Amino acid sequence: MLNYILCFVLFLVGLYGVLTRKNIIKIIIGLCIMEYSLNLFFIMIGYIKGGVAPIVDLSSSQNVKYVDPLPQAIVLTAIVIGLATTALLLAIAIKLYKKYKTFDIDKINNLKG
Amino acid sequence: MEVLLTMILIIMIAGSVFSLHAKDLLSAIVSYGIVGFSLVIAFLILKAPDLAIVQIVVETISLIIMISVLIISTGEDLSEKDMVKIKGKSYINVRNLYYILFSVVAAFLLVYFFILATGNLNPFGSHETRMATEYINNGVKDIGAINLVTGIVFDYRGYDTLGEATILFTAVMGVLAILRLKTHKQDL
Amino acid sequence: MKGMTSIVKKVSALISGLVFLYGCYIIFHGHLTPGGGFAGGTIIAGSFILLIIANGIQYFRLKKEKEESSLAEGAGILFFLLFAAGGLLLTAHVFFRNFLPYGTPGNLLSAGVIPLYNIFVGIEVAAGLLSIFLAFVIYKKED
Repeated sequence: MLNYILCFVLFLVGLYGVLTRKNIIKIIIGLCIMEYSLNLFFIMIGYIKGGVAPIVDLSSSQNVKYVDPLPQAIVLTAIVIGLATTALLLAIAIKLYKKYKTFDIDKINNLKG
Repeated sequence: MEVLLTMILIIMIAGSVFSLHAKDLLSAIVSYGIVGFSLVIAFLILKAPDLAIVQIVVETISLIIMISVLIISTGEDLSEKDMVKIKGKSYINVRNLYYILFSVVAAFLLVYFFILATGNLNPFGSHETRMATEYINNGVKDIGAINLVTGIVFDYRGYDTLGEATILFTAVMGVLAILRLKTHKQDL
Repeated sequence: MKGMTSIVKKVSALISGLVFLYGCYIIFHGHLTPGGGFAGGTIIAGSFILLIIANGIQYFRLKKEKEESSLAEGAGILFFLLFAAGGLLLTAHVFFRNFLPYGTPGNLLSAGVIPLYNIFVGIEVAAGLLSIFLAFVIYKKED
C-alpha cells in the first residue's frame, strides 16, 4: 500500500510543477513526470509476488507463476506515444521563443482580453 | 524486493522535486534524467524487461531533444520572488502563502480520496485477474509465440497497435508542420 | 553545429554499426525473447542519431535525408496496413487474422504473421523518431 501512495505522491509533484512554475520548459518537465508516474502505477497493479517475466518456458513444470502480461502490453505503446507528445510540446515552445524572445508565461499574454 | 522499490520511488520523488526547483535549466534537465533512468530500474524490479528496453532509449532521445531546445535560448530560470519591495521596505509576498496553504489542503484531500479508491484492491503483489489467467493458459496454443506480451500486442489486441502507429505518424507530421523548414531550390 | 574530434568520429563509426545490428536482432527475435518491434525500432533510431551527432550536420547533406526518412515512415505503416488487410481478403473473413502457418513454438520461423508485423512496426517507429530528431536539429541550423 505504501508503494501505491508514493506513486501518487510522484503524480502530485508533477501536478505541482505544472501549476506553479513560470518557465515553459519546467511546465513540460512536470507533464512528463506525471506521465511516468501513471505508467509505473499501471505496472504495479499487475505485479505478483514471486512471479517471473511473461516469457513462457516450455520445458518446465506447470506450476510457475507469471506476472500479468496485459498491463505491460498497454504501457509498451504508451511510452512511445509519450515521447511523441513531448516532442510536439517542445516544437511549440521553440516557436513561442522565436516570436516573444522569452520563455516566461506571464509575458506571453497576447491572448488576454 | 518491495523495500528496493520503495527506495527507488523515494529517489524519483527527490529527483523530481529538485528538477522543478533548479536555478538554471541545464540542472533541471539533468535531474529529469535521474527520474527517467530510475524508472528503468523500477521496471526491472517489477519483472517487465520489454518496457525497460523501450524506456532507456526513449529517455535518452528525450534528453537530447530537450538540450537542443535549450541551445537556442538562455538557460536561466524565472520565478516569483519571496519578498516584495514596496516604497523601500520589504514585505512578505502574501500570494505565495495563499498558494502554499491551498496546495497543502488540496494534497491532503487528494491523498485521502486515493486511499479510499484503492482500498478495495488486493494488497500489493497478489492481484490476479481473470483475463490474465485466460491469456497465460491459452497464449501459446492460440498464437504460437512464446513472448506473451508480443502476442497480446499483435494478435489479441491488434487494433490498439494500429491506433498507436497512427498516433505516432500524426505526431511526427505535426512536428514537421509546426517547425516549418524552408527548402532551398538550389540545393537539389 | 560542427562535428566532434576525430577520436569520437572513429569510435562512433564502429559502435553505431554494432548498435544497428543489436536493434535488428531484437526485432527479429521479438516473438521469442523480450523486445519486439517498438524496442528494436527505437534502438535503430538511436544508432542513426549517434552518427549524426558525432559527425555534424554538414556531413550528410541533411535536407535530402529528411525526405527519405519521411518516405520510410510512410512505407512502414502502409505495409503494416496491407498485411492486416491481407488476412481479410485471403483466408478468413476477419480483419487482422493470423493467416500464415504456425510452426513449432520456439523456432525462429513460428507464430504466423507476427515476425512480419514486428519488422514493419520497427521500420515505422525508427523512421518516425529519426524524423523528429532531424526536424529539431535542422531548425537550429537555419534560424
